[in-house]
Amino acid sequence: MTLRVDLPEETLAGVLAKAFGNRSFLIGLIITLLVVAVALLSFVWTPYDVTRLVIADKTQAPSWAHWFGTDHFGRDILSMIMVGARNSIAVALVAVGIGMGIGVPLGAVAAARGGIVDEALMRLNDLVFAFPALLSAIMITAIFGPGAVNAIIAIGIFNIPVFARVARAGALAIWPREFILAARAAGKGMTQITVEHILPNIATLLLVQGTIQFALGILAEAGLSYVGLGAQPPMPSWGRMLFDAQTRMVTAPWMAIFPGMAIVITVLGLNLLGDGIADILDPKSRRRR
Amino acid sequence: MNLLEIENLSLSIGDTPILKGVELTIAPGEVVGLVGESGSGKSMTALTIMRLLPHLARAEGRVAFDGIDILGASEDQMCALRGDDIGMVFQEPMTALNPVKTIGEQVAEGIRWHTKASRAEAEERARKILDRVGLPEAKFPLSRYPHELSGGQRQRVVIAIACALKPKLLIADEPTTALDVVLQAQILDLLRDLVSENRMGLLLISHDLAVVTEMADRLIILRNGEVMEAGDTARTLSEQQHPYTRELALASTHVPARPKPHLAGSAKPLLEVEGVGRDYPGRRKSLFRPAQPIRAVDDVSLTIEPAQSVALVGRSGCGKSTLARMILALDKPTAGTIRFRGEPITGKPESTLKPARRDMQVVFQDPYGSFDPRQKVEKLVAEPLHLLEKPPAKAERREMVAHALQEVGLSQRDMDKYPHEFSGGQRQRLSIARAIITRPKLVVADEPVSALDVSIRAQILDLFAELNQKLGIAYLFITHDLTVARAMADEVLVMHEGKIVERGRAAEVLDHPRSEAAQALVAAAPDLHRAIARKMQEQG
Repeated sequence: MTLRVDLPEETLAGVLAKAFGNRSFLIGLIITLLVVAVALLSFVWTPYDVTRLVIADKTQAPSWAHWFGTDHFGRDILSMIMVGARNSIAVALVAVGIGMGIGVPLGAVAAARGGIVDEALMRLNDLVFAFPALLSAIMITAIFGPGAVNAIIAIGIFNIPVFARVARAGALAIWPREFILAARAAGKGMTQITVEHILPNIATLLLVQGTIQFALGILAEAGLSYVGLGAQPPMPSWGRMLFDAQTRMVTAPWMAIFPGMAIVITVLGLNLLGDGIADILDPKSRRRR
Repeated sequence: MNLLEIENLSLSIGDTPILKGVELTIAPGEVVGLVGESGSGKSMTALTIMRLLPHLARAEGRVAFDGIDILGASEDQMCALRGDDIGMVFQEPMTALNPVKTIGEQVAEGIRWHTKASRAEAEERARKILDRVGLPEAKFPLSRYPHELSGGQRQRVVIAIACALKPKLLIADEPTTALDVVLQAQILDLLRDLVSENRMGLLLISHDLAVVTEMADRLIILRNGEVMEAGDTARTLSEQQHPYTRELALASTHVPARPKPHLAGSAKPLLEVEGVGRDYPGRRKSLFRPAQPIRAVDDVSLTIEPAQSVALVGRSGCGKSTLARMILALDKPTAGTIRFRGEPITGKPESTLKPARRDMQVVFQDPYGSFDPRQKVEKLVAEPLHLLEKPPAKAERREMVAHALQEVGLSQRDMDKYPHEFSGGQRQRLSIARAIITRPKLVVADEPVSALDVSIRAQILDLFAELNQKLGIAYLFITHDLTVARAMADEVLVMHEGKIVERGRAAEVLDHPRSEAAQALVAAAPDLHRAIARKMQEQG
């Protein structure tokens, strides 16, 4: 007979046990939660007011009063990073939402209908994919004007083909399975089968892709802000802080180091989280990391 | 001296005991059959001999091959043995070959690795062995890729790889389970010839008692990791001293009781298939010529009466599953009409098919693939209920599912479990529960028992028969297994290359086949009684 190694039963307790045995998931989760907590905290409290300019305190090195130092207007860098986290998370989250909300249905329809519909949708996808993301984002913000909302839309649009592809590929692997045939023999239509059988079976795939796109969204937001097309001053954002730090790299390196680290750590955390989720939910991977 | 000696072998993985005190010997030129149901430890025994055990597995006892202590050998020593002195053939020819390498490369690979032969020498030897296993270079050049071959041809390549270096011992783990009966007979003949040519020892692992009986000099019957009975094939099976041996033999030839046989011509037909054909677009040979379509089903006509049980038999790839899909309105015929209860179901939109679908359900072969792993049994079994005019409320639905589960011999407590919590046989029961919940008039069963162990298989066949008697369900069994047809069918249709070539009463077709295709099927089908009789003569 075939060798059938029994998979561990996928109960909630089993998944949780696996989750806490997975190092990359744990570290990723802790970092991500920390970033989110900092962003939430910034709504009620920051060490200093980020909109008040204190020219007397400008470009101070890190000290007990200003842990991460101050910028060229005397604003507290730590406070700005805290408020900036808000902005980064909001932009990336909504952009992932847009990508999933439009991309997944498109991909599912393409897989379900096949033929000409599939072909048309996927070629349209390729078209969007072919534009360098940042360039098109610049185009969109150039037309509609810079600002956080337009940045969200621009990044969101570029998430659509990513999710459409992942959803289509996942769905195509599920469609030929016998349980789909059984559902069709039970008279269920394309939509019903997609909602009841396809989506739950590709959910983990989408979740993993979601965390990756979330991390990329944060990077994209920083990039747009850096070229002045993201959140507008006085709203602090990580990308803009890097831009401001650029000319003062030698005299005030802390202005670049801390926002840069914020970006790196957040993206790293999300990537670890995504990796971890993929490991945990894949019944075939039983290795620990 | 024995080639392989296994003494008191015990194996555990983690805390789970897999094998308990297994004893086994193989002499050169001897064929030993290892029989048992899934989970009995057959494959683990084979992997122990190759020392390809999973991590955490601990083996105790003595395994000696040609004087080498396998359990104590170094990994380097084992690497030298594997593929050289011990060859192995796996069940699944689809996955046992590397899809991106040509068959020539794959056969030559092992030769070069073990003999340090040059590329040209290895290729020459590969050519010879491929020719020997029935893939002559003129028809099957070494540059073919596995996907260009059929299942039976692929299994020949796997055998060529295993036998390229004339191993002293060949382990064949269910080598023919994935093949149809005609291919099975060919592969078994090939193995038998290779054994006698090279005085090779063969350990043949199978769940199919008839196959092993035909092949093996000695039998070892394994259950839950323990040897139940071992001895000469003829004596073991004629005397059947051990109750488990008797049980296996009985289950293999089980024919369920059907006290009320169907009388042909007693009623208006339930299903009428008239001149149905199905073409698939073929591969374009030239840019300027239209592609020649591939005809999977060609002008097929048949009728099924209420409560009648019909078996559609044929080799793999003959078009029987395509036909089944068209009958279930899951695929559209390119010619002909299908009428169900007098109304045509071909060419009708999905929305008007509801009443037909309600009375026509399906049971698939693979009890592992036919359930959505993320839904609970209640939802899975209730899936066809939305075909009813008035879908039942939640409480009523639970009631109906509970009833259906009881009818197939499961408990209503099973409702809140996930499919992976059931065994293969139980899942096939679930599949049947799902099929009968709307009280259909016709159930199409596509190889419903071929993935099951013999004892489970007998139970499922009994269940089919019982439901036929109790609920008057008509069946269309799609199978390549003639014992299923013999056990279950009133009428047998033989399909060959898309056409129905023979039809008639089950006993008549199976005992006196007239068409060539049917004769080939009947001749190749392993039959336990016949095999035992032959062994009795051979072994006295």
